[in-house]
Amino acid sequence: MITAAAQEREHYLNTSYGIKSWLLTKDHKRIGLLYLATITLFFFLGGAFATLIRIELLTPQGDLVSSDTYNKLFTMHGVIMVFFFLIPSVPATLGNFFMPMMIGARDLAFPKINLLSWYLLVVGGLFTLFAMFAGGVDTGWTFYTPYSTTYSNTWVIATALGIFISGFSSILTGLNFIVTVHRMRAPGMTWFRLPLFVWANYATSLIQVLGTPVLAVTIVLLFCERVFHMGIFDPARGGDPVLFQHLFWFYSHPAVYIMVLPAMGVISELVSVFSRKPVFGYGFVAFSSVAIAVLGFLVWGHHLFVSTQSVYAGMVFSFLSYFVAIPSAIKVFNWTATLYKGSISFATPMLYAFGFVGLFTIGGLTGLFVACLGIDVHVTDTYFVVAHFHYIMVGGTIMAYLGGLHYWWPKMTGRMYPEAWAKLSALVIFLGFNLTFFPQFILGYLGMPRRYHVYPEEFQVLHVLSTAGASVLAVGYVIPMVYFIWSLRYGQVAGANPWGATGLEWKTASPPPLHNFDETPVVTHDAYDYSTVMEEGIEVG
Amino acid sequence: MGTKLPLFPVQASTIAPEVDHLLYFLLAVAVFFTLLIFFSIFYFAVRYRRRSEQELPHVIHGSMTLEILWSVIPFGLTMVMFTWGASIYFTQNVPPHDALTVYAVGKQWMWKLQHMEGQREINELHIPVGRAVKLIMTSEDVIHSFFVPAFRTKQDVLPGKYSMTWFQPTKPGKYHLFCAEYCGTKHSGMIGWVYVMEPQDYQTWLSGGATTGSLAENGQKLFQELACANCHKDDGTGRCPKLVGLFGTSVPLTGGGSVKADEAYIRESILNPSAKVVSGYQPVMPTFQGLVTEENVLQLIEYVKSIGPKPANAAAPAASTGSSTPKNR
Repeated sequence: MITAAAQEREHYLNTSYGIKSWLLTKDHKRIGLLYLATITLFFFLGGAFATLIRIELLTPQGDLVSSDTYNKLFTMHGVIMVFFFLIPSVPATLGNFFMPMMIGARDLAFPKINLLSWYLLVVGGLFTLFAMFAGGVDTGWTFYTPYSTTYSNTWVIATALGIFISGFSSILTGLNFIVTVHRMRAPGMTWFRLPLFVWANYATSLIQVLGTPVLAVTIVLLFCERVFHMGIFDPARGGDPVLFQHLFWFYSHPAVYIMVLPAMGVISELVSVFSRKPVFGYGFVAFSSVAIAVLGFLVWGHHLFVSTQSVYAGMVFSFLSYFVAIPSAIKVFNWTATLYKGSISFATPMLYAFGFVGLFTIGGLTGLFVACLGIDVHVTDTYFVVAHFHYIMVGGTIMAYLGGLHYWWPKMTGRMYPEAWAKLSALVIFLGFNLTFFPQFILGYLGMPRRYHVYPEEFQVLHVLSTAGASVLAVGYVIPMVYFIWSLRYGQVAGANPWGATGLEWKTASPPPLHNFDETPVVTHDAYDYSTVMEEGIEVG
Repeated sequence: MGTKLPLFPVQASTIAPEVDHLLYFLLAVAVFFTLLIFFSIFYFAVRYRRRSEQELPHVIHGSMTLEILWSVIPFGLTMVMFTWGASIYFTQNVPPHDALTVYAVGKQWMWKLQHMEGQREINELHIPVGRAVKLIMTSEDVIHSFFVPAFRTKQDVLPGKYSMTWFQPTKPGKYHLFCAEYCGTKHSGMIGWVYVMEPQDYQTWLSGGATTGSLAENGQKLFQELACANCHKDDGTGRCPKLVGLFGTSVPLTGGGSVKADEAYIRESILNPSAKVVSGYQPVMPTFQGLVTEENVLQLIEYVKSIGPKPANAAAPAASTGSSTPKNR
């Protein structure tokens, strides 16, 4: 299929050149790449802050940076990683690029709005970067009142405005995805033939559209109190600081699912392709995404168990939190069962999928600890929580994001990444991650509070282990960055379907033509029907 | 570099072993499922590794029995976790009636503690072993959180509001006190020690050091200095309601309704007197916001408590718990 002539074949990357052809593009694939470049920059910036934090914590004393600087570092690490990397990560890059292709569409429903979404993220990011270079912000990514509204002397408003603006990026992307899935499916692509990645992104979009406006409202209220001194959250002005926590977590807890649901969608694809079997319990996996999206809105109060929220409210939120655990467990069991009697390949994306399932299992199971009232009183606001959510967000989302990036790289670029290096870095990341964050569970149960610049000496050994792990992890993240760029020029040329996958995105050339498909595909089979691929014969890239 | 490597915190309160037992249960469940998933993946991955590029495994769509099993079993286990955790949480939030009361005020970046007998401490808390201690806490500025890992207790401390935590130490010793809610520049410096002492040592500690009278006595002094007594007359003839016998009772309000005269109500009435006006009185009282510190307010509250109904008569449980008058001990 792929011959030397393919080099001249027209595709989305060579139809036009020049900066304008990128900055004014309405092609979802190019916009996906714009997002990829943008969030990669943010990822390494957030990572640089994390590096400084870990180096500072090597010793119990505050010797590298001042307390104020330290507080700004963890705040900016959190803000950048959550709002400018994790939330856009999978949906805005891989989702943007592949969701339309997977349903057989030529583009998203609103290509111009898609470009607008990217610009909003960039403008929001610039506001936040401005705040950072102007002096930083020190409230923690959670912006708890009245510290953020009355006491902090840092760039709270500029940062919050950046988050406010980028929120609209998230809302518009969600809206675009929902309409696209409803209206743009190819003939024969029924809801229950949709790849699970599409289901996951659909569920995520619901959260983005329903949850993000609450964050916007919360930021406006914060603005009103800080700038106009209206009494909303500060008790000195007649406000209620716990109200802020309710509003903040009403968005920010579901936001965790914005980060992890699309990641779960990626894993469903990977586990299926690399065991060459349909995902076990397709319907359960699909509906568990929707269940997580819906139930995720009912559990925000589990962040407030020691906040003076009423004891009975605490009990209700704990009870409901356990309901979210079930659809997550269903997914893990189904992925594992998919492997049974499969034909399992150890290609790099599958290694990331294994890594994801392992780390997400630990992250999810420790979620049972923090949802448990009696335990949470002790571990909340300690490193136990820090470890728990890094297992979900870094161990979960980033593993899936990297797995997905490796899996779809040949489709996006027409080139293969170097397999040996990729396997090595997947291993380095897995080991580095565990060394970084596992000791933090122990630290947390011992009582080490989070956001501490200086800490008692007895915690040092565990902190040193964690910092050692972080340096391994950093190496693990830099290697793919290097070989991905290298592969653009020197990578082996990839075929249309190097993995023997079933999705529609693999039924068109790599890289895809501008309009994705030369003719509109007609879907006649369920998702993950590998017999169809085997009939066509597999050409290994 | 510190060479100590503790892996588990000391248990120094009655609640600590209960929390730890629950933790063991959760750990057992977590380890079981982690191993189950890890070994299944490992076994399947090796056993069913791809042996030829042309392999096409047999299609398995799913199994309703398995789906039900792996939904219902985890759900049952989580309900055990919920119930067990909730019962401990309930205990953590309901102090015993005979608990010793200590007042705590958090401010950037220190803990100020006041004992009923008048002893005041900064970043240190001395308490006797074997006796339940109840802390009534507030903040002068931002949110803080009172955290003693050895006791497995933590409670946020808010401005404009009283929060409560309690613990019953079981082991004499010196334990970390941390601020667990991020509160600004020196958040990590807002730490201290809790000294749990043998009862006789505690008595010695109480009688040692210069104090300027008990909390209630200081409150009474303030009450005179601030000229509260001019209006709040003991015989009820003043322009404002009499405070004798008030604490813990239900107060009828102008415009209907009533409020229980607890710590929060007294505090509000001092700082924002027009918020709840007692039925039959005019809103003539000025605010004392800015004139009194949070500690002063606590002293005034303690004074109002000391002239309240005698503990034996105070039927209202929560507010009067541990608020016995200083002479009782």
